Amino acid sequence: MTPRALEGMKIVEYCNMVSGPYCSKLLADMGAEVLKIEPPHTGDDSRRRGPFPGDIPHQEKSGLFLYLNSNKKGLTLDVKKPEGKKIFKKLVEKTDVLIEDRPPGELEALDLGYEKLKSLNPGLIMISITPYGDRGPFKDYKAYQLNTVHVSGQGYLLPIPALDMDRPPVKVGGHSSGFDVGLVAVVAVTAAFYWKVLTGKGQYIEMSKQEALMSMQRVESVTFANDQVVISRGGDQVRRMPGGIMPCKDGYIVVVMPEEHQWQALVKLIGDPEWAKEDGCQNALVRSENAGQINEWIMEWTMQHTKEEIFRRGQALSCPIAPVNTAEDIYHSEQFKARNFFVDLEHPVLGKIPFPSSAYRFSKTPWQLVQAAPMLGEHNEEIYGRHLGYSNEELAALKNEGVF
Amino acid sequence: MNNGPLAGIRVTEFTSAWAGPYATCLLGFLGAEVIKVESRRRLDHARNLSFSTGRRFSGPNESSVFNNLNLNKKSVTLNLSKPKAVEIAKQLVRVSDVVMENMRPGVIPRLGLGYEVLRDIKSDLIYLSSSSCGQTGPEREYVGYAPTFAALGGVSHITGYEDWPPSNFMGSMDLRSATTSTFVILAALIYRQRTGEGQYIDLASQETIAVLAGDLFLDYFMNHRVAGRKGNKDEVLAPHNCYRCQGEDNWVSIAVATDEEWQALCRVMGKPELMEDARFSSSKGRLKNQGVLDEIINQWTMDRDYYEVTKVLQEAGVGSAPSLSSEGLFQDPHLQARGVYFQVDHPVMGKDWVVGPPWRFSETPARIQRHSPLLGEHNEEIFGQMLGLSGEEMAELEKEEVIY
Repeated sequence: MTPRALEGMKIVEYCNMVSGPYCSKLLADMGAEVLKIEPPHTGDDSRRRGPFPGDIPHQEKSGLFLYLNSNKKGLTLDVKKPEGKKIFKKLVEKTDVLIEDRPPGELEALDLGYEKLKSLNPGLIMISITPYGDRGPFKDYKAYQLNTVHVSGQGYLLPIPALDMDRPPVKVGGHSSGFDVGLVAVVAVTAAFYWKVLTGKGQYIEMSKQEALMSMQRVESVTFANDQVVISRGGDQVRRMPGGIMPCKDGYIVVVMPEEHQWQALVKLIGDPEWAKEDGCQNALVRSENAGQINEWIMEWTMQHTKEEIFRRGQALSCPIAPVNTAEDIYHSEQFKARNFFVDLEHPVLGKIPFPSSAYRFSKTPWQLVQAAPMLGEHNEEIYGRHLGYSNEELAALKNEGVF
Repeated sequence: MNNGPLAGIRVTEFTSAWAGPYATCLLGFLGAEVIKVESRRRLDHARNLSFSTGRRFSGPNESSVFNNLNLNKKSVTLNLSKPKAVEIAKQLVRVSDVVMENMRPGVIPRLGLGYEVLRDIKSDLIYLSSSSCGQTGPEREYVGYAPTFAALGGVSHITGYEDWPPSNFMGSMDLRSATTSTFVILAALIYRQRTGEGQYIDLASQETIAVLAGDLFLDYFMNHRVAGRKGNKDEVLAPHNCYRCQGEDNWVSIAVATDEEWQALCRVMGKPELMEDARFSSSKGRLKNQGVLDEIINQWTMDRDYYEVTKVLQEAGVGSAPSLSSEGLFQDPHLQARGVYFQVDHPVMGKDWVVGPPWRFSETPARIQRHSPLLGEHNEEIFGQMLGLSGEEMAELEKEEVIY
C-alpha cells in the first residue's frame, strides 16, 4: 500500500462552509482521519451552495461541498443536546486535533471550551478559526466571507488595476479567500502536530481570518507604515513597471519583467521595434517613467496575435509571459494534463466526474483521493457504533431524539 | 532561546523572489533555523525591487520587502557557478533537515545540487522544489512570477468586474504558493519523524492557485459553465457589495444572508417601508434586484463614516466591515489592539514595520526574533564556526569569488 504522510493523525472538524473544511481537507487528502461533524438534517451550509448538476439543488451533489470534504468521514450531531454534547466529548477524547469555527464563546457556553476539553484529553490540539479572533474590540462582529476579505485589505491590495474608482473595491473571485484562510490554518495545525509527535503535548491555537488573509498581503500591508505609501487600487504604483494584463486577439495575456534580460526578451519577441531603441526604454528606471507609453506600444503588438502564439513564442525566449486562463483552458492545458492535475472522482449519487487534485507531488507519500466527500451522516453507525460502542438500540433512540 | 514547534530543525534554502523565501520565513517563525544561500552574482530581486510600490532600492540591504519575507534567517553568500561553492553548499546540506529551492527547473541539478545528489549526502533529507509550472510536463521550463501563475492558475480571469479586463495580481500571489510549501514541508517532517524517511516534493505555483477554485472546475464539469468576473456579487447572498462612505475612496462591505438580516438593515437605514416591498421580501428577490438595492444602500452610507456604519449594523446583527487600504489596516483599532504590526530594528533601514505571524499558539509561540539578514551577514558564523573553515581559507575563497 502507498504510504500516506499523515497516516494516524486524528482530526475532529466542527466547521462550516469553506475555511475550516478546507483546512481539514488538506490534512485528509494526506492521510489524516477526519471526522466531520455536521448539524442533523441540514448539514454543512456548503451543501446548499452550488454548483449543482443542472443547477438543481441536492444535498449530496454540491460541487463546493464535494471539493472541500474529500477523504473525510461524515457524522451528524446536535452538539447542543445533552447526549450530543456527551458524544462530542467522546470524539474529542480520542482525537489529536479539534478544528472549530464557532463564534468566540459559543463552545465555552456549552461547557466545551478548550480548558474543559483539555481536561479530558491533555494532548489535544485545538484551533479556533474565527473572523476576528477571540479578543479585541471587534471579536464578536458578524462577518461573511465578503466582510473578511475587505477588512483584511484585499480590496485594495490584491486585484489591480481598478479602471474606475467610482466602483467599489472588489473581492478575489470565487471562494478563493475562504481557501486562503484554511491554508494558513493548516500550517499551524501541522506545526503543532509535529510538536505533539515529538513531545506528546497539545495546545490551543487562536487564528483570526482577518489576520490569516492579511498574512498573504504582508508586503503590501506595511507600505503605509514604512513609506506612507497608500497602495492605490487604481494600480498607480504598479503602472510604473511596463507589463501587466494586455488584450490580445482572442483574450488576454499577462507579462512581467523584473529582470533586464526579460525586457530584452520581450523586445525580441515583438521583433526589435523602433520604439524600443528610444532613450525612454534603455533601462529599468527610465522605463518606469514611461511605462504608460511603453504599454501602449506593447499592446499594439499583442492585439495582433493570439494568446497561444504569444505564450509559446515568449516563453521560448524566456520572457515571463502567460495567457489568462479560464477553468476550461486549464482543463485542456497540456501542462495540467501531463501532471495529472485532474483525477476521477467516483461518487455514489453523482457518478464519475473529474476532480482537481493538489499542487504537490511527493515522491513517497503521494496525494490520494481515497474516498469522495461523505453523504450526510454516512459514517454515524461506523463511528458511533463500532468506534464509540453505542448499541443498535441506543443509536436508534439517539436518532429519534434528534441527536443525529 | 527559540522554543517554537520546529526548534532544532535546520533549513537550507536556495530561493529568491517571494514564493520561496516566505515559505522558509514561516518555518523560521515556527522556530526552525533557516540559512539562506544567496549571491551578489545574481541578487534576489526582492533586495532590489518592490513589486508592490514599484520602488527600486540602491543597495542590497535596504529593502523592506526583503526584510518582511526573510525575517529570522541567516544569510551566506556562495557563487554556485564555482565548483568549490557547490562543495560548501553540500557540507551545509549534510547538517540540514530540509532543502528548498525555487530556481528554474533543471538549473539546480545542473549546478550539482539536485535531490539525487543531496540524498546521497543526507539520506533522510526533505527536499522541496518550487516552480511556476512544476518539474514535469511540456511547460516545466516556462518562467513565471506571481502575475503569470495567477493568470495560468485561473484567478485573474475570475476577479474584477464583468465589463473590465481580468485582474492583475502581483507578488502576494506568491504567498499562497509559499504557504502551501510550508504546509507540505511540515507534513514531510511528520512523516520523517514517524518513519525516518525523507522525500522529494515537486510543487507548482500555478497549481497552488488553481486549487483555490476547485468548485469552479466542478461547475465546468457539471454544467459546462465557465466562471467569469462578477465584482463583489455572490450566488445566493444579496445585498452583497461595498458601499461608498465618507472620505476619499472609503467603502464599507455589507452582506445579507437571511430575511432577519434584511429586515434589520431596513430598520437601521430608517427605511422600514422596504420590508413591505415585494421585490425584496425573499432572498431570490433581493438577488434579482440587487442593483436597485445597491443604490438605496449607497444613498444611506455615502455621508457616513465606515466604522460608524459597521457599528450600527453590527448592533442590529448585520454582517458589515470597512474595506481597508494599507493605511486603513495600519490604523485599524482591532488590529492595533491585537498587536498585529511589529517594528523590527534593522541595521541599515532602522526601524521597519512588519506583520507578525498569523497564529497564536498557547505553548509554542511563533515569533519574530530578528531582522532579515544583511547579504552574507552569517558567512563567518556558518562557514567558520559551523563548517570549520579557517580565516585564511575564507579569505582565499572570497578572493576567488566562491564566497561572493
